[in-house]
Amino acid sequence: MSITKVTQHPTQNEGLIFERSQTGRVGYRLPKLDVEAANIDEIIPAELRRGDGLADVPEVSEVDVIRHFTRISTWNYSIDLGMYPLGSCTMKYNSRLNEKVARIGGYTNLHPLAPEEESQGALELMYRLQEDLAEITGLPGVSLQPAAGAQGEMTGVMLIRALLDKRDGEASKDRRVMLIPESAHGTNPASAALAGFTVKAIRANEDGLTDMDHLRELCDQGGVAGLMLTNPNTVGIFETNIKEICETIHNAGGLVYMDGANMNALVGVARPGDMGVDVIHLNLHKTFSTPHGGGGPGCGPCCCTAELAEFLPVPRVEKTGERYHLNYELPNSIGRVKAFFGNFGMMIRALSYIYTHGAEGLREATETAVLNARYVAHELKDTYHMPFEADCMHEAVFSHKHQTAAGVHTLDIAKRLIDYGFHPPTIYFPLVVEGAMLIEPTESVGRADLDAFVDAMKHIDREARETPELVLGAPHSTRIGRLDEATAARRPVLRWRPDMESLGKSA
Amino acid sequence: MLSMLGLGSASELFRTIPQDVQLGRELKITDPLAEPEVIAAMEEMAARNTAATKPSFLGAGVYSHYSPTIVDHLIQRSEFFTSYTPYQPEISQGTLQYIFEFQTLVCQLTGMEVANASMYDGSTAMAEAYLMAQRVTRRDKIVVAKSVHPEYRDVAVTYAQHGDTEIIEIGYDEATGRVSGLEALDDKTAALVVQSPNFFGCVEDVKSLADAAHAVGALLIVTVTEAISLGLLKTPGECGADIVVGEGQSFGIPMSFGGPHLGLFATREKYVRSMPGRLCGVAYDKDGNRGFVLTLSTREQHIRREKATSNICTNQGLIALAATIYMEAMGKKGMQEVAEQNAQKAAYAKRQIAAIDGFSIPFSAPTFNEFLVRGPRPATEILEKVRTESGVIGGLAISKYYDDHANDFIVAVTETAKKEHIDKLVAGVAAA
Repeated sequence: MSITKVTQHPTQNEGLIFERSQTGRVGYRLPKLDVEAANIDEIIPAELRRGDGLADVPEVSEVDVIRHFTRISTWNYSIDLGMYPLGSCTMKYNSRLNEKVARIGGYTNLHPLAPEEESQGALELMYRLQEDLAEITGLPGVSLQPAAGAQGEMTGVMLIRALLDKRDGEASKDRRVMLIPESAHGTNPASAALAGFTVKAIRANEDGLTDMDHLRELCDQGGVAGLMLTNPNTVGIFETNIKEICETIHNAGGLVYMDGANMNALVGVARPGDMGVDVIHLNLHKTFSTPHGGGGPGCGPCCCTAELAEFLPVPRVEKTGERYHLNYELPNSIGRVKAFFGNFGMMIRALSYIYTHGAEGLREATETAVLNARYVAHELKDTYHMPFEADCMHEAVFSHKHQTAAGVHTLDIAKRLIDYGFHPPTIYFPLVVEGAMLIEPTESVGRADLDAFVDAMKHIDREARETPELVLGAPHSTRIGRLDEATAARRPVLRWRPDMESLGKSA
Repeated sequence: MLSMLGLGSASELFRTIPQDVQLGRELKITDPLAEPEVIAAMEEMAARNTAATKPSFLGAGVYSHYSPTIVDHLIQRSEFFTSYTPYQPEISQGTLQYIFEFQTLVCQLTGMEVANASMYDGSTAMAEAYLMAQRVTRRDKIVVAKSVHPEYRDVAVTYAQHGDTEIIEIGYDEATGRVSGLEALDDKTAALVVQSPNFFGCVEDVKSLADAAHAVGALLIVTVTEAISLGLLKTPGECGADIVVGEGQSFGIPMSFGGPHLGLFATREKYVRSMPGRLCGVAYDKDGNRGFVLTLSTREQHIRREKATSNICTNQGLIALAATIYMEAMGKKGMQEVAEQNAQKAAYAKRQIAAIDGFSIPFSAPTFNEFLVRGPRPATEILEKVRTESGVIGGLAISKYYDDHANDFIVAVTETAKKEHIDKLVAGVAAA
């Protein structure tokens, strides 16, 4: 495979919108004011009004805006361009049908405080999604309110805290330890801290699984409120002892929260509720295909056992007879985690995904996601170091161990992959694998794409040995080279100002 | 591919999952639906959201506003909506550059020095501001006005319930509708939290509130639930706010039954390392080309874990893009014009309603595009009659949140309210 540097393209140069601004330009048309205008001073006195005329806010035309964003958009890689194998992020295809139905006027123009009898369709949609997520997880209590995974985690551990406080009363204060594997996402400990827990890390054994002896030892030390576990775990391996893990925690008086980031390996095949898990969050923007949108919005529903349901956030969407309504009367609720009802637009998309796939399609998507990851693992295991032998699920972890002798590290391999037309995998996560590369192809790629990716990875390995400078200097095909992040953090420039000539020129 | 892996069937892919936790049956959900069937099912439910097609004067943190056509068009470019968080800057410069522009625009509109790449919504942004104020001041008492959006205050209570936070709520002046009870501020106070325009629509005297907070060494947190007001009102930054949080839904984002919306978060440069959320900054490559990267990430959960400034990871990226496009398309002139139209239209409606026999405007403070109305009977009854007889959703009865305001309702009037609809509302209220 030979790499040709992209040819010079008109979009190589596009400044900041502020650098395009021309006095007097506008990109909108509002109807004329159709009511009798009062003197503005009588409405809002001058001392309460801004006097700067919105200095430095840009003035551009509609076509300026279109060109500006179209040009900078071409600097992004995206799922629609090709394989985006970010481990633990589940970058699957975002159906255009979902986008279409989320834009139906009956949803987009609906105010959250509209009368319930005039919002029945939206409440029904939420109720239906709750029912489906309960069936998929095997956990009957569902709140769609959390805005993203981290908020779903926070909600989940707060449910645990609420149950313990109710069950144990005063004695609950001696039960404040949350066990979290050292390989967990950083959001887990950060969310546990918000619920007032202190964190103890659980070690993994040499197979990449939870070290049962260490788990028992930590439980024996007492004070265990619960466990936050990702399953399949963050090295992509199913925790085979999951039932025993849950039993151990339950016997120690704690509850089990499962991080649902990796549910794409399980939907339609196995359910957390059947494993002994008490509460889970789902990422609709991973497993249920709602777009990642360059960082969000997400939606992080929380699903829990009947026992925990009384603590779910208010309001809850319920059905009485044929009527859907919002129940605010839940005295033991942990409270609201967000204004209104959550990221409703994402719920529409997720339900559309479920409708499109049906039971059979969801299971097939899971199978394909696992098959694709297993295939990549099989094809690359002789080229890249695999720290664990066990069958991977929907993602496979490798390290740079075979390449470091040539001075090539994970970061370099990732950057070189860009030259081959792929987005790099998740790198340096999980932290327990030195130089980790976590590859999650998802079900949205076919054999030809997988082979091309495998080929690229093998080429890079060869380059690492034969022409390491090629890999170390990558990427070579992008508009801009590796950026000096250390200086950026030491002397942060976080906004444009008109006197900023020092900002330099766009590449 | 299965055979290459030495497997006989797809079920063998899952042999590491013990049989007794495998489902062993199909899920009990729908059979797959074809594209027209999905659309039909979704349209059928949407059609029962009859409120979506009626003239409405609901506000309270979510507003009907005009959004230039190009906003929704541009955010549907694959390169924006099907990309991930820009962790690989060489192939994410499009996303990073708009975040940088977004941060700049939020600073310009709020009069603040730094803004982050977004929070989930206004309510969670405010909750995070409580926690940040505690970090900055090393004090635990938060004094919050009851005229701050009730759902925002609820969310903040949820976030703060397991920390050391002590939350004191202070009231409002019955004549003006503005914050009162500032004597609750003391040398243990981390922050005074106000909203302007407040939940009743009243514009606060933010400058004097900043002075009161600073006099005891506390921060002033200003919440803005109607971001369009920033085009007309003196900026919280100019008034002395230390943290400004808000809801950016008004910047071109559909109401969408309450989300996804957009949390705004801005502060002073000296507090930047205590901020929650992602930040984008300028960086250069070895040839001196200017680019952008996510920066100061040592504050964040993926580095600091339980000691992070927040647990937030995914934010509202694409919604921040929509707001950026909105602010740039509207620009300097549009942001002022739309704000003035809101103020004028609301003032028109306020004059008309105030003239109706039995109805009054209980608070005297200036208002932007929302105002409180006091009726002669319970507001729920009045609004129900207006809805059923005039086909207009006339506003929000605040007894939902304030027990002692049975006869009061909030009317929000934006630039999308046609004069004929305002007149219909006024006639409906007069007849109710």
